[in-house]
Amino acid sequence: MLLAILLGFIFSIFLVFTGKFFKGKLSILASGIPLALFIYFAQFINRISSGEVITQENIWVPSFGVNLGFTLDGLSLLFSLMITGIGFLVFIYTSAYLKNNKYLDRFYGYLSMFMAAMLGLVLSDNLISLFVFWELTSITSFFLIGFNNTSQASRKSAITALAITGIGGLSLLVGLLFLGAITGTYSITEMLIMNPEIAANPYYTLIVILIFGAAFTKSAQFPFHFWLPGAMKAPTPVSTYLHSATMVKAGIYLLLRLTPVLGDHEFWNSTLVIVGAITMVYSAVHTLFRTDLKGILAYSTISALGILVFLIGQGTVEALTAAAVFIIVHALYKATLFLVTGIIDHQAGTRDTTVLRGLRKVLFPVAIAGFLAAISSAGIPPTIGFIGKELTYESTFHFGNLAVLLMVLIVITKILLLYAGFVTGIKPFTGVLPERFENTRMPSFLLWAPPLLLATGGIVFGIFPGLIEASIVKPLVNAVGGNSEEIHLKLWHGVSTVLWLSVITITVGTVLYFLIKPNHKLEQTIAKLEWLSPHSIIIKMWDFFFNFSKIWTNLFQNGYLRNYVSTIMVFMITLTGYGLFKTATYSVDYMSFSRITVYEAVTSLIMLIAVLYTVFTKSRLAAVAAMGIMGYAICMLFVIYSAPDLAMTQFSIDTLTVILFVLVLYKLPKYLTLSDYKMRIKDGVISLAFGTIITLLILEVLAEPINSEVSDYYAANAYVLAHGKNVVNVILVDFRGADTMIEISVLAIAAIGVFALLKLRLKKSDQR
Amino acid sequence: MKTIILRTASTYLLPVLLLFSIFILLRGHYSPGGGFVGGLIASIAFVLHSFARGLDNTKELLRMHPGFLMPIGLAISFLAGVTPVIFFDMPFMTGLWYPEHLPVLGSLGTALFFDLGVYLVVVGVTLTIIFTISESA
Repeated sequence: MLLAILLGFIFSIFLVFTGKFFKGKLSILASGIPLALFIYFAQFINRISSGEVITQENIWVPSFGVNLGFTLDGLSLLFSLMITGIGFLVFIYTSAYLKNNKYLDRFYGYLSMFMAAMLGLVLSDNLISLFVFWELTSITSFFLIGFNNTSQASRKSAITALAITGIGGLSLLVGLLFLGAITGTYSITEMLIMNPEIAANPYYTLIVILIFGAAFTKSAQFPFHFWLPGAMKAPTPVSTYLHSATMVKAGIYLLLRLTPVLGDHEFWNSTLVIVGAITMVYSAVHTLFRTDLKGILAYSTISALGILVFLIGQGTVEALTAAAVFIIVHALYKATLFLVTGIIDHQAGTRDTTVLRGLRKVLFPVAIAGFLAAISSAGIPPTIGFIGKELTYESTFHFGNLAVLLMVLIVITKILLLYAGFVTGIKPFTGVLPERFENTRMPSFLLWAPPLLLATGGIVFGIFPGLIEASIVKPLVNAVGGNSEEIHLKLWHGVSTVLWLSVITITVGTVLYFLIKPNHKLEQTIAKLEWLSPHSIIIKMWDFFFNFSKIWTNLFQNGYLRNYVSTIMVFMITLTGYGLFKTATYSVDYMSFSRITVYEAVTSLIMLIAVLYTVFTKSRLAAVAAMGIMGYAICMLFVIYSAPDLAMTQFSIDTLTVILFVLVLYKLPKYLTLSDYKMRIKDGVISLAFGTIITLLILEVLAEPINSEVSDYYAANAYVLAHGKNVVNVILVDFRGADTMIEISVLAIAAIGVFALLKLRLKKSDQR
Repeated sequence: MKTIILRTASTYLLPVLLLFSIFILLRGHYSPGGGFVGGLIASIAFVLHSFARGLDNTKELLRMHPGFLMPIGLAISFLAGVTPVIFFDMPFMTGLWYPEHLPVLGSLGTALFFDLGVYLVVVGVTLTIIFTISESA
């Protein structure tokens, strides 16, 4: 299984070297990877449906409890099949859609990397590896949205998507760490039995909020939904694959996966129902106001994700079954509609639904696919969409005391989704073919076969729901902790309230489709309310943040070195001073002073004179020389207090520092202006305060009892273990040798930095 | 600063100082000294020479850019560190010692080579920085 997941990564690395071959006619060969994986996962169907759970454990970082543990159960199987199956069709489609694109190999690289990450995400049993794969999907999505990197809009969308899903990723990490800390394990399988303990934990609500933060951003729930319409800037295969069929369902997957661990709790259920309901109605209404086919599809995808969250929130076996079926339904019809839209865009050159008409005459097989997908999305029998809709209604109908309100909301959503499905799947193909599209040519087989295949799947599964009942739906419901025995998927449920609601949905939806024609006026109407939307609000906060940090940075990093130094000093004085003031107690014991020797007195006197001279001299060189004297005096102190090694080094360093200073300053002009009195007083106060604070700090440190264990160890073992009598040097080259190793590396880097800064002269041609 | 006295003296000072720096390097294990200080003293020797005779003369004397001493030194230090790992299956930076007592050097071990690496890196870094700055100043 590990190999199956890594295959995508390996392939993308392989593409780096062999990309040339995959750009031309051979590009279709790339689809062999998802096909092979699809077959690999399909062979597990029998074992999974008999209730088996396949696990595999690979050691990764055992010391942190992080392993690459993989579990294949009903839930991961459905997602794996979706990822590889739709992946296969998208790979084929891409080979024709992006034919002759300069960066086709790169595109395949990102796509297969994404596929691998997504597989890793749905198969991980370990929460940490799940997080790693989760982030990888965000990152690959960023590259894919920004694939058309010469367009500013697509770069902006990519960064928005990355920012939103990235915040969600952080929230996920914190949530998972909390979960791991509470349960003492990172394995989901082991957490399954701990639900009551976790729910009783005081941090339960916080964990759930953090997990929701991740799931809602990834699955584009209100108010984080806006990155998804933006992500439609990506090439259509990406929208199909990532932003409708798989990646946006990662949040749904996470919620389903954690339902047995965190679910069955008031807070979990009601939050999900409320957020799901808001999202589904909000974005279903939005579809009315769009004229771009992809825009409509984006909002209807968000709405569908809302329905899924809504169903998971209900948490009953019925609702989970409905969610399972609806995931399949949605993957089949929405991917089809996206692919169809892609073909229209590719062949007819526009996605504007107000002008697209009558394309069935030129794109017949595409029209069939669009039609089938539209009726599946509308939930008209005998499609699987109908079964999905019935199950959704059924479970909502049985949902406690709020059933009526929720029923109304879901019916409204479904009506609007029917409208959206019809507008995208049927409208472009019906009516009279306008003149401008008469020359539209039939696309290659590779383009229209994938959507047709998916759309047919919707019908086949609808007529024979048994195909997915035992193999997918039951194991899935089992995996999320439900009892799957009573599940029977049927096309005909008998006459009931739910059936009547279905009839109402279809009738009203169809009427709506004939009444409202998408037009630009509606789009402009909604654009006026744009400033109220979460998108604009977040963008405004974003701008504010940028401005704020700009002001902040300019305040403290204004390019004057002396301001940097004084800023650092003032901060240090304030913080350390506060700390010392709060904690330390002061008393001076004159009796314990040792006698001052002549050497000490003389050295201190020299230091004092040197300092005063440095401050009051008017020549730079003299100041530097006085500083050098100061340094030598400190060396004298080292000698007096028997630290010869230190003294030697300090002597040499001081000499070199003075030389360096002189080299730099020698060429500068004499002081042009001396700082005025105010400035001098300010600087003087800061330096005196800084010196005082440091002195107090050192006295405070010395007052603490010294733990001499370490130095005793070094002193005792220097000769025994390291054959040296100079303890300082033995520490440097032996006991702490690795430190020295790193320090000299740092020194070398610093020297290279200086060299590069001063010597590097770009050639004229390289300068920009 | 190119006085005759300094120029004449530097001819003799350079070898003496270099010898002194190597003395400091070698004695480091038993008495005050070591690669770091040794390297600094050697750099000072070269800087003094460059003051007396001009940068170009010193560069000519060195024959190569002092920057090359950095990778050489790093490599020597690193090799001294990994030798026990590769040949004796002991942890990184384990000190290995030649059992006999040698004349002049005293006891010989990986630590000395490590210190030699430090010495070369320090000379390389110091001279690179100072030469670069004095050239562009």
